[in-house]
Amino acid sequence: MGRQRHTAALDTAGCPADRTRDLQGRNTVELLSGADMIARFLQDEGVEYIYGYPGGAALHIYDALFRQDKVKHILVRHEQAATHAADGYARASGKPGCVLVTSGPGATNAVTGIATAYMDSIPMVVLCGQVMSHLIGDDAFQETDIIGVTRPIVKHSFSIRHPSEIPEVLKKAFYLAATGRPGPVVVDIPKDMTAPTERYEYIYPKKVKMRSYNPVTRGHTGQIKKAVEMMLKAKRPVFYTGGGVVTGKASEGLTDLVKQLGFPITTTLMGIGSYPQSDRQCLGWLGMHGSYESNMAMHHADLIIAIGARFDDRVTNNTSKFCPTAKIIHVDVDPSSVSKTVRADVPIVGPASSVINEMISLVQGQSISQPEALTEWWQKIDGWRAEREGKLYEPSKPGEVLKPQEVVEALCRVTRGEAYVTTDVGQHQMFAAQYYKFDKPNRLITSGGLGTMGFGFPAAMGIKQNFPDDDVVCVTGEGSFQMMMQELSTCKQYGVGVKIVNLNNASLGMVRQWQDLNYKSRHAHSYMESLPDFHMLIEAYGFTAITVNTLDELEPALERAFANKHELVFLDVKVDPFEHVYPMQVPLGAMRDMLLSKTERT
Amino acid sequence: MRHIISILMENEPGALSRVVGLFSQRNFNIETLNVAPTEDPSLSRLTVTTVGDDRVIEQITKHLNKLIDVVKLVDLTEGNHIERELMLVKVKALGAARDEVKRTVDIFRAQIVDVTPSLYTVQITGDASKLDAFLQAMAPVGILEVARTGVSGIARGDKVLSL
Repeated sequence: MGRQRHTAALDTAGCPADRTRDLQGRNTVELLSGADMIARFLQDEGVEYIYGYPGGAALHIYDALFRQDKVKHILVRHEQAATHAADGYARASGKPGCVLVTSGPGATNAVTGIATAYMDSIPMVVLCGQVMSHLIGDDAFQETDIIGVTRPIVKHSFSIRHPSEIPEVLKKAFYLAATGRPGPVVVDIPKDMTAPTERYEYIYPKKVKMRSYNPVTRGHTGQIKKAVEMMLKAKRPVFYTGGGVVTGKASEGLTDLVKQLGFPITTTLMGIGSYPQSDRQCLGWLGMHGSYESNMAMHHADLIIAIGARFDDRVTNNTSKFCPTAKIIHVDVDPSSVSKTVRADVPIVGPASSVINEMISLVQGQSISQPEALTEWWQKIDGWRAEREGKLYEPSKPGEVLKPQEVVEALCRVTRGEAYVTTDVGQHQMFAAQYYKFDKPNRLITSGGLGTMGFGFPAAMGIKQNFPDDDVVCVTGEGSFQMMMQELSTCKQYGVGVKIVNLNNASLGMVRQWQDLNYKSRHAHSYMESLPDFHMLIEAYGFTAITVNTLDELEPALERAFANKHELVFLDVKVDPFEHVYPMQVPLGAMRDMLLSKTERT
Repeated sequence: MRHIISILMENEPGALSRVVGLFSQRNFNIETLNVAPTEDPSLSRLTVTTVGDDRVIEQITKHLNKLIDVVKLVDLTEGNHIERELMLVKVKALGAARDEVKRTVDIFRAQIVDVTPSLYTVQITGDASKLDAFLQAMAPVGILEVARTGVSGIARGDKVLSL
């Protein structure tokens, strides 16, 4: 990459690209300003949408984006929403999300969204403006050391030190974000690096090579063989799979493998949909609010096959009591996830897809050595299933206030289980995950690791723009929605037709539930005493709002909301504020120790 | 158990802060830290001593390896190795103690590198326990100032940490 500086007078018509010419006068290499290189790179990289908010340090870049139309910039109303929208886009499409913010407050506003993406291993590239390089360290206006601020919540970060580095650094950023265990990458761009008057050679780097970064491409064959032998001999096996299967695009392979073996499977919250939930072999999801049969099966298993899951504390409960009789096979692309909280007996470091494919080829033609033991295991599991059948929650009686669970069930019926469902965080998130049945991956879009309230609405916005003909619904609560409701304005600007189902219990439900259980129902600041009239609020933005109070209003309202795919509709559904999420694992207990309702316990 | 981990990393701005930040972020502990560029100016070598059980050390090495700026690392304590630390100490050297300090310096194969009428500046190299022992021996005389480099180390034999 040539570092020779080519200065050109600022062209008011809009900086057409200079070119160096060879002796015959043919164009050779383009000369672009740093800002134009960024715009051009994003085009060459195939970025469709970039979510952002302008400000002083990013203005050269904004000008460059303005002068092209391949990369569409979506102006959000708060930088946190930009990161969540890019995150939602990335989770639904499998491609890295892209964000552009200015220095200082622009960048710090993006921090929550970067942390959200980091905790859930979502590929994202965040371009941050920065004050001019000679001012860095002087506490200049709108200066923040964003590389320092984000260091613990990024996969990697870069600071541009010369405009000519831009194509290579951006290529590395996208490469790092999307490969291995994906994650967010921050690129800090001082304003003078994008100056329109200084132009440098631009070549799109097709390849990257980094001597210190070589993500594994396949697992250890010997270990995989050993794992398959254990699987074939197991008496009480269970698959436990996570977000790694979704981001690793390994759902099809996983479904094949699980079907061939006939084993039960439970997924994490992040792994929902990686195996069809309507299939008999799927026990639902596991952990703190996971299904009774999942948690029971895990506790009694003799072999756990963990793929792309990280034994998070919301899954394992007390690790010292975790699955006492089980051997553990742990497949993960990130070696530091293996044996982090729970020791693996057979660790396999490799991407889910290639390891699963190798397992399939080893399983083919083989039969399990103890089919009668597996039959017995299934009888036990079916027994657990039957125990809770029809007892999951008490439906509302005519005239009573609605239960949040039945709202989600109705939503699932009306959308035929095919919608992209985003959630915020709290009780409604658990209800959405429990009662909406997902048969496809990338459909439940939720902040699992960080648990970010305010995530759902902007994430839905990012998804809807990429899948305009699909139903995209944000299941939220009145607490979470108010954290990011300014994005109604963005939806208005771009005509984003997401549906919002507000499970309005006029309280911070999950906080209130914990206060009921642990603080003798002292509801410290978990009650919303001054809620807005959501109907008027939504109408103020020019959208339709429907208030739902009773069961007979529910399905017609949902039908009406989903009738037009391109219209934003807000459903304010009044639900029972006294409802709790169950099952709920007992703190410090084993996986099987659960509260099953307000009065029952295992 | 105490471990000495030697890391080859990109000689880039911010690389050191990623390593140090990782230790505080993940609640690992750093006893000593020592870093300088190598013969290849694009690489720095960082040596850190830390304490932890096998599970913690495994996590430390895995997380360090995950840092993009880390090119290669080795846990020197897994094999035979040489461990050295350099220390500069100012000790009181007045009256009868002046000779006593000189004798102790000789016993420890240390060197006096600067002299004033009232004190000696002593340079001593060795493993951490030798330096500790020297400080202990000097304590009654009066230690005025201590500067230690932190542990640096290298494997014994043919094993080489390089690209």
